[in-house]
Amino acid sequence: MADAAQAAGIGLWAVPLAMIGGAIRVSTPFIFVSLGETITERSGRINLGLEGTLVFGAMTAYAIAVETGSAWIGLAGAFVSGCCFGLLHGWICKFPRVNDIAIGIALMLFGTGLAFFFGKAYIQPSAPHLPAIPFGFWSSTPQVRAALDVNALFLTGAALAVFLWWAFQNTKIGLVVRVVGDSSDAARAMGYSPDLVRLLATAVGGGMAAIGGGYLSLYYPGSWNESISSGQGLMAVALVIFSRWNPLGCLAAALLFGGAGALGPALQSVGVTHGYYLFYAAPYVLTLAIMILTSSPGRTLAGAPGELSITR
Amino acid sequence: MADRGGAIEVEAVGMTLRFGAFTALDDVSIRIRAGAFHALLGENGAGKSCLVKCMLGFYRATDGQIAINGRETPIDSPRDAAAHGLGMVYQHFTLVPSLTGAENIVISRADAPQIIDWRKERTALTRFMETMPFHIPLDVPVSTLAAGQKQKLEILKQLYLGRRFLVLDEPTSVLTPDEADETLGHVRALTESGALTVLMISHKFNEVFAFADEATVLRRGKRMGGGPIGSLNRDMLAAMMIGDQKIANLDARRLASEAPDVLDITGLRAPDESGLKTIAVDALRVKAGEILGVAGVSGNGQKEFLEILAGQRRHDCGAIHVHGAPYCATRAEMRKLKVRIIQEEPLRNACAPRMSVAENLAFRTFDIDESGRTRVLLDGKAIRCGAQRLIEQFGVKTASLDTPIAALSGGNVQRAVLARELTGEVDLLVVANPCFGLDFAAIADIRARIMKARNAGAAVLLVSEDLDELLELSDRIVVMSEGAIVYETNASCADPHEIGRHMAGHY
Repeated sequence: MADAAQAAGIGLWAVPLAMIGGAIRVSTPFIFVSLGETITERSGRINLGLEGTLVFGAMTAYAIAVETGSAWIGLAGAFVSGCCFGLLHGWICKFPRVNDIAIGIALMLFGTGLAFFFGKAYIQPSAPHLPAIPFGFWSSTPQVRAALDVNALFLTGAALAVFLWWAFQNTKIGLVVRVVGDSSDAARAMGYSPDLVRLLATAVGGGMAAIGGGYLSLYYPGSWNESISSGQGLMAVALVIFSRWNPLGCLAAALLFGGAGALGPALQSVGVTHGYYLFYAAPYVLTLAIMILTSSPGRTLAGAPGELSITR
Repeated sequence: MADRGGAIEVEAVGMTLRFGAFTALDDVSIRIRAGAFHALLGENGAGKSCLVKCMLGFYRATDGQIAINGRETPIDSPRDAAAHGLGMVYQHFTLVPSLTGAENIVISRADAPQIIDWRKERTALTRFMETMPFHIPLDVPVSTLAAGQKQKLEILKQLYLGRRFLVLDEPTSVLTPDEADETLGHVRALTESGALTVLMISHKFNEVFAFADEATVLRRGKRMGGGPIGSLNRDMLAAMMIGDQKIANLDARRLASEAPDVLDITGLRAPDESGLKTIAVDALRVKAGEILGVAGVSGNGQKEFLEILAGQRRHDCGAIHVHGAPYCATRAEMRKLKVRIIQEEPLRNACAPRMSVAENLAFRTFDIDESGRTRVLLDGKAIRCGAQRLIEQFGVKTASLDTPIAALSGGNVQRAVLARELTGEVDLLVVANPCFGLDFAAIADIRARIMKARNAGAAVLLVSEDLDELLELSDRIVVMSEGAIVYETNASCADPHEIGRHMAGHY
């Protein structure tokens, strides 16, 4: 093992470096899905269907990128498809006595199924990738360069998190979303329609989740196949609760999850050959541990929007 | 902000509202002169809120007109009402709990800007607050404010929005006596200064006589009378409100001799709902044949305390004894020690809403037979017979035994739960806000039954937000504030203002 690390040139430093690079790479879809879900949940609704939206977005982005030759057009297509899924969810949930969680699970299965159906033809052809910005140009060490190849979507996502955090307190739209999410009665008394606000919030949330999917198929891992998501859309929903519906918290939590997810590959890259695969489970163990630590039967979740079906 | 002229006169003429065959309002006319503090009285279902909602555009009246400052003005939506300066403060606050006061006020403005310049808004708010008789912290989330502060913030919000006619829907139902006096005093000052006209829905005679200058009474959708406060008295108002309905009398309080403690709580500790504060009841005893009233502003730990007694919440340490035996709120213990619990929000805490009335009434007894042995198969016939008997005894109004209990009105759900819990031998009765939202007759009936249980030798722990109720029923009163018992007094010599100060945390 020591030999392998030596051979890599920078010794055990390769592990944290690979984890930083990995955190940035792996966290990007988490950022988009969880920010989208934050908008939806802040408006008082849970969309568990984001897993399906993510997979469908990955397929749409890839297919359109193959057909048009442009990764960006593919991403735009993914956004539109995600919005459609969100609109569908929001529209169904508008009816009385409809449970948003059940609809979410149905749409999750529907989204993945539909993506597999349409995506069969696109497993073989290769699509153009999204560009990365080489922040590691100053270094001659290949590991540093690899770690600091930051994709444009990560930067967009980070900026979006800051923007959303600002917008929830300083814009009318942000405040209206919070009002609707915390008290439907108050919103109605102010003349806003909770159903409409939730419909739009779910649509935007879906669109963002689909962008997260587009990132998966167009950047990292960068191909379309049926096991592309492996539950990332669902974990992002858990992440929203962990970060207490705070966009900046989402960014931090996504990075933490990304880092945990990069642990396995990083250990493998320095030559750890035994047991590294256990670390592939790290994000899932982390999700579970966090959910257990942050919940308690005796108290309500701090900061939870009052209209959410899980807190009501 | 609309222009802030003076108070306006609002008049409703011949208001009639029909829902199908049901007439909610029948030719009601009411005139509230500019700068008046007008009280609107009536029982639940008398049509008070229908009248008000017609005036504010929530309902469209079947017939009748609204005139503002003597000019006929059609009001078709709440938006129309707002444009004419008509606003309402609801009984259940319409402030958004997680937003700060400033955010709440700014977002309810119709012309709130897309991007909010907080510095500018704050300056405007500060300037506005300087013209107001009371001050509220605007930078903390509304959920951290006391009920009285919320009520005042609601009123501030309406004034900031330029309303010149305000409907207050039972504004003091959640306030301590001092808070109520203070808030209504400020409202009265605003009306006297000519800035505001107020229509207050109430059924507390005290505050009507202390603050209002005119009153109107409704019963069953009709105007029964009214006029300047000087020309009215309590008995006249009561007669107009309830007509010739029979009201249950409270039994005389039977004096309890030296009785043993039934409930004994020592050193109880539990985290509250938010997990941040602690419920800490060091010592609390209730004797047989005694009603111990627990006063307190809601949200001070009463709910958690009751949940512990009902077995809905675990406690960290401390001991609860009933008749000297340790009590952990299991079904077996409740049965053996004869503990009965009537939680607040009975539909949520004490019923299975979609199960039938008969099934709900049998929850205490369905699994044992007459001799107390466990049953394997249910006896449907006995369940129905028992339910039929209870329904007749307690006057529960239900379409049939098989109606889901959720379909009953609030008062009847409460009666059904009371019927179930007060049947059989009761040694310890825990009751929370039993009369919340019920009408005169139902309240009198339920209070009479609690007093009967006391006189029959039960120890009663009565938790209520209504201080008048506690003063009427209790033998002793304790005050719960911030999760702890902070004050104790004998009910016969209790001073409501002293209790109120402890409820508010000022002592």
